[in-house]
Amino acid sequence: MIEFRSVTKRFPGGTVAVDDFNLVLPSRKTTVLVGSSGSGKTTLLRMINRMVDLTSGTIEIDGEDTSALEPVALRRRIGYVMQNSGLLPHFTVIENVATVPVLNGVPRKRAFSDALALLDTVGLERSLADRYPSQLSGGQQQRVGVARGLAADPNILLMDEPFGAVDPIVRDELQQELIRLQRELDKTVVFVTHDIDEAFLIGDQVVILEQGGRIAQVGSPSEIMADPASDFVSSFIGADRGKRALSIRHTERGAVLVDGFGRAAGVLVEGVAVASVAVESEESTSS
Amino acid sequence: MNLIVDAIAWILDPAHYGGPNGIGVRLIEHLWISVVSLVIAGAIAIPAGFLIGHTGTGRAAAVLVSGGVRALPTLGLISILGLSIGIGVQAPIIAFVVLAIPSMLAGAYAGFEAIDRRIVDSARSVGMTEWQIVGRVELPLGLPLLIGGIRSATLQVIATATLAAYISGGGLGSFIFLGLRTNDYTQMLAGSILVIALAIAFEGAFSALQRLVVPAGVRAGQRTKVRSGSPRSAAEAE
Repeated sequence: MIEFRSVTKRFPGGTVAVDDFNLVLPSRKTTVLVGSSGSGKTTLLRMINRMVDLTSGTIEIDGEDTSALEPVALRRRIGYVMQNSGLLPHFTVIENVATVPVLNGVPRKRAFSDALALLDTVGLERSLADRYPSQLSGGQQQRVGVARGLAADPNILLMDEPFGAVDPIVRDELQQELIRLQRELDKTVVFVTHDIDEAFLIGDQVVILEQGGRIAQVGSPSEIMADPASDFVSSFIGADRGKRALSIRHTERGAVLVDGFGRAAGVLVEGVAVASVAVESEESTSS
Repeated sequence: MNLIVDAIAWILDPAHYGGPNGIGVRLIEHLWISVVSLVIAGAIAIPAGFLIGHTGTGRAAAVLVSGGVRALPTLGLISILGLSIGIGVQAPIIAFVVLAIPSMLAGAYAGFEAIDRRIVDSARSVGMTEWQIVGRVELPLGLPLLIGGIRSATLQVIATATLAAYISGGGLGSFIFLGLRTNDYTQMLAGSILVIALAIAFEGAFSALQRLVVPAGVRAGQRTKVRSGSPRSAAEAE
C-alpha cells in the first residue's frame, strides 16, 4: 500500500505542482493517475521513488516513510517504466533488462538467465537479447522497458505514460499485455496517463486530477462513469457527449445501445460478465 | 624544392641520429614533454569537465576561463614563467598544460551534455548511484567527444612543444632554434618536418580511436535529443 499524506510540492520557481495531496493506493491493484498536462500526475509518480523530493507531507510504502529511506535503495526495489522506454542505448536488450539485478550484486550469469525468462514474460523473442535498443521497434522497446521494470521482482511498478509514444495498434496490444501481466504478477501498479480510455481500461482505481494535483474524483471506472463527481469529471471522461453517452433504443429486432452521435455502439447482454474479472467488464464498457 | 630535398636528406642522414643532440634523443624529449603536459592537463581538465557535464552547472564559468586562457600567447607565457622559475623544461610544461586544458575541458563536458537527458534520468530512476551514472552511462556515451577534445589538445601541444627549445627545454624545436641561430635553413626545415610528421601520426591514431570508442548500440542507431544549448560539437570544432 502506498499512502500520500498532505503531500505538497513547490518547485524552486514557485510553481505549486501539488498541494496538500492525500491518497491511498491499495496493494496489488492498478491505480491510474489521469489528467491533462499541469495536473501534477508525473510529479506525484516521481515522488514515490524520490526522483522528486517532497516540499512537505509524507509518502508511506507499507507504513514505511520513504523520506527515511536511501533514494538509491528505494528506487532499486521499485520498478520504473517510462515513455520512450528510457533504455540505455549502449546496453544490449539483455543488459538493459538485467541492469537492476546486476546493480544489486546478482551474478551476471544468473541475472542474464533471469532476464531471458523475463523476455518470455513480456512476449519478446529470446533472439532479440543481443540486439541494441535502436535496432528494435517502438513497441518492442517498450516491452523491454517493462521487462526491465520487473527484473528485480519489485512489489511496486511505476509507469509514466509508458504507451504514449507508440502507434494506436501497438498501444492496444501493449495495454492488453499489461492487463494480462497484472493478472499473473499481482503488482501494485501506479500508472500515469492523459488518456481517459487507457485509464478506464487498465485501472482498478482511477484518480482524475485537475490542475495543481487537485483530486477531482477517485473511484473504480464504473463508479466514475456511473456517477461523475463534477462537471469537470463528466466533461473529462466525455460522459456528456459522444461515445460514452450510451442510450437504449428499442428497434423491431430488439434493444440496441446507441452513443451520443446516434450510432449503434453495441447490444445489451444480460446475465453475463457480472461475476467475471473486474478488468474485463471495464473493457467491454469502455470500448 | 631543393631545400625540402635537402631537409629530407638531413633527416635521413644517420649521422644526425646519435648523441645528445641527435634526432632520436630530441624526438624522445619532444614526446616526453608533450605527454607529461597532456597527462597533467587531463588530470585537471577531465574530472572538472565531467563534473560540469554531470551536474549541468559551471559551464558559463568554464567557457569564460577557457576563452581567457586560450587568448594567452604560449611563447609569452613560457618567457614569463622562464624568468621566474628558470630555464629548462618546467616552464614550457606549465605553458603547454595551460594550452591543453580548454580543449580537454570542452571535450569532457560536451561529451556528457550531448547525452539525451532522458537516458540519464532513466538510469537514475532504476537506482544507479551518481557514480554509476557517470561510470556506466555518461562516460561510455560521452567518450567519443572526450577523445575529440584530447585529440585537438594533443595536436596543439605537439606542434607547440617546439617552443620548449626556446628556453633550453629540448625537443624537436632544438633543430629549429639551432638552425635559426646558425642560418642553417636545412636543419630548421628538417626540424619542422619532423614535428609535422609527429603531429600527423598522432592525428591519424586519434581519429581511428575516436571512431573505435563509439558504443556499438549508438553506432547502430541515430542521434537523440540533447540538453538545449548544448555545444555538442564544441570539442570537434576546436
